[in-house]
Amino acid sequence: MKQLRASLGWEATILGLVVLALLGGALLSPDFLTASNLSFLVANLAEVALMALTMTLLVIVAEIDLSVASILGMCSSLLGLLWASHVPMPLALLLVLGAGALAGGLNGLLVTRLGLPSLAVTIGTLALYRGLAYAMLGDRAIADFPQTYTNLGFGNIPGTQIPLPIALFVVLALITAVVLHATAFGRSLYAIGANEVAARFAGLRVERVKLILFVLSGLMSALAGIVFTFRFSSARADNGAGLELSVIAAVLLGGVSIFGGRGSVVGAVAAVFLIGVINGALTIVDVSNEILTIVTGLLLIGSVLVPNLLARVRAARERRALLRREPG
Amino acid sequence: MTTRPHPATSASPGLMTRLLRARELTLVALLVLLLAVTGAINPRFLGAQSLRDLLLNVAIIALVVVGQTIVLLMRHVDLSVSSVVGLTAFLTGSLFVAYPGVPVPLAMLFGLLLGAVLGSVNGWLVAYGKVPALVATLGTLYVFRGVDYAIVHGRQINAANLPAPFLNFATGSVLGVPNLVLLVLALMIGFGIYLNSYRGGREYYAIGSNTEAATLAGVNVNRRTMTGFILSGAIAGFAGVLYLARYGTVDATAGTGLELQVIAAAVVGGVSINGGVGTLLGAGTGALLLGVIGSALVTLRAPAFYQQAIQGALLLLAISVDALLARRTARRLQEGSRR
Repeated sequence: MKQLRASLGWEATILGLVVLALLGGALLSPDFLTASNLSFLVANLAEVALMALTMTLLVIVAEIDLSVASILGMCSSLLGLLWASHVPMPLALLLVLGAGALAGGLNGLLVTRLGLPSLAVTIGTLALYRGLAYAMLGDRAIADFPQTYTNLGFGNIPGTQIPLPIALFVVLALITAVVLHATAFGRSLYAIGANEVAARFAGLRVERVKLILFVLSGLMSALAGIVFTFRFSSARADNGAGLELSVIAAVLLGGVSIFGGRGSVVGAVAAVFLIGVINGALTIVDVSNEILTIVTGLLLIGSVLVPNLLARVRAARERRALLRREPG
Repeated sequence: MTTRPHPATSASPGLMTRLLRARELTLVALLVLLLAVTGAINPRFLGAQSLRDLLLNVAIIALVVVGQTIVLLMRHVDLSVSSVVGLTAFLTGSLFVAYPGVPVPLAMLFGLLLGAVLGSVNGWLVAYGKVPALVATLGTLYVFRGVDYAIVHGRQINAANLPAPFLNFATGSVLGVPNLVLLVLALMIGFGIYLNSYRGGREYYAIGSNTEAATLAGVNVNRRTMTGFILSGAIAGFAGVLYLARYGTVDATAGTGLELQVIAAAVVGGVSINGGVGTLLGAGTGALLLGVIGSALVTLRAPAFYQQAIQGALLLLAISVDALLARRTARRLQEGSRR
């Protein structure tokens, strides 16, 4: 219970920071809180936000997937290649999603069947999948996607300023939140992350759960790849390069513990938005990208360091109080 | 929490070392095979110039791998090395721009100390702030790179800004072996002996194998962790100076992505990501193997685009084989102790 309160406190802090960043942006520029600016800002978060959902689940079971951005790039390249070879778009999209699930499945099999650490496995597949993306497209870019589909990428819900990819994200975030926080499957993730041996003895099929999560992570990265391709109307092998760090930074900043067993969808989503809003606020006043990079890094470190230091101060105070009570 | 089987027989250390040696032997055999096959297809691959370039390319990675290995042995990781390399390369270059007369050894010392300072930030966060190394060094990967971008501000250091003795140091050679390679080799051997035979070096293994046991045995874990990260930073800083000397041109993106190559080399070389296992000999061989594969692919005219995929597949193969071998050894040891 105490742990739940502590983690909710963290999420409230992050949400508070989002509001502060929004207000700060409004003070910096009157154009900041306009619907069109916010819409643009939020649309830029789409891919990271999508991949953060499944990354949250993986980190809760104490695994990690560094290959997400490479799967994004590979799927984007595959989509371009299929389209360029005149494969009908619906079929191409299905094949791309299948490729993503397959890529995630390979990660999952290596982790669960061979018992390899996911950090090492996904460093390998990070290179492998990005390499496959380059093998498919080289340094070509494929851009002639039909407008019906690119509209899905940078269009809004008709009559609103809500970008379509974000609408998709909201639906998936709700599903993820319900699955994680209100189903037996979701509860089992916390159990596995908190103590895998105990979870195994309790009859949970740890390997199968992890394999499912890796497949979902691959599937979500493929979806992010499709969104990326349509949003920029460009399939390139280097699409999304380096995004894995943004995704992991957001998940950890959102209060999901790297040691597993702790975290929530709300926290991770709030952290994605915090990074995005700060990004937007800083760019609107022409603060360069470098400051944003520094801020992201400091936020990430601070999100773990500050609670640690506070806990230590509290412990020291309790110890002193105890000593005072026992004379001599 | 996964507990690896701990064999309790007296014969186990011998077998364990034999297995590790076998692993390094396998890597060397693979290396020789690769060199021979590529050389047979294209004799120019084994030409002096080609081998020289190969060694120069591997030298800087191999150097950073030394620090990374020390950190990995303690079951930590240092993702920030690429940013440290980039930042020290540019700042050392700026030092030459500001004071053209600065002696080369002094500039090297500057890069080394700067790296040590950056490493001490990581060390403090991990040892005393109790921030997991993955989070701490992912954070500083961003922060150091951001600082680099802010300082560089679109500028560039060119070979024209650098003193001739500095550039000559990188390109010069003794008996045909580039200075850079000799220097890195000397450092690897020095650190190898330290890790293998000195109390301080063994403590890194002890911490990675079982932190509580190491604490009970009187190891000051926090101080050792701090030292490990400072060493990793200092070595990366020195690698930044060598990067500048080797390439002459440095902008804000220098060294980006290096951390993954470094970790890959260490892991291929048999350094366990779970701590406590691995040698510098193996890690260095791993770096060399990845480098040779890279340039063999170029020589064999494999499209450059396939390289990354092949390197990734190789890394996966290496760690998979390693896991299977370790499992088989563990089983054999268990059977042995039962008999």
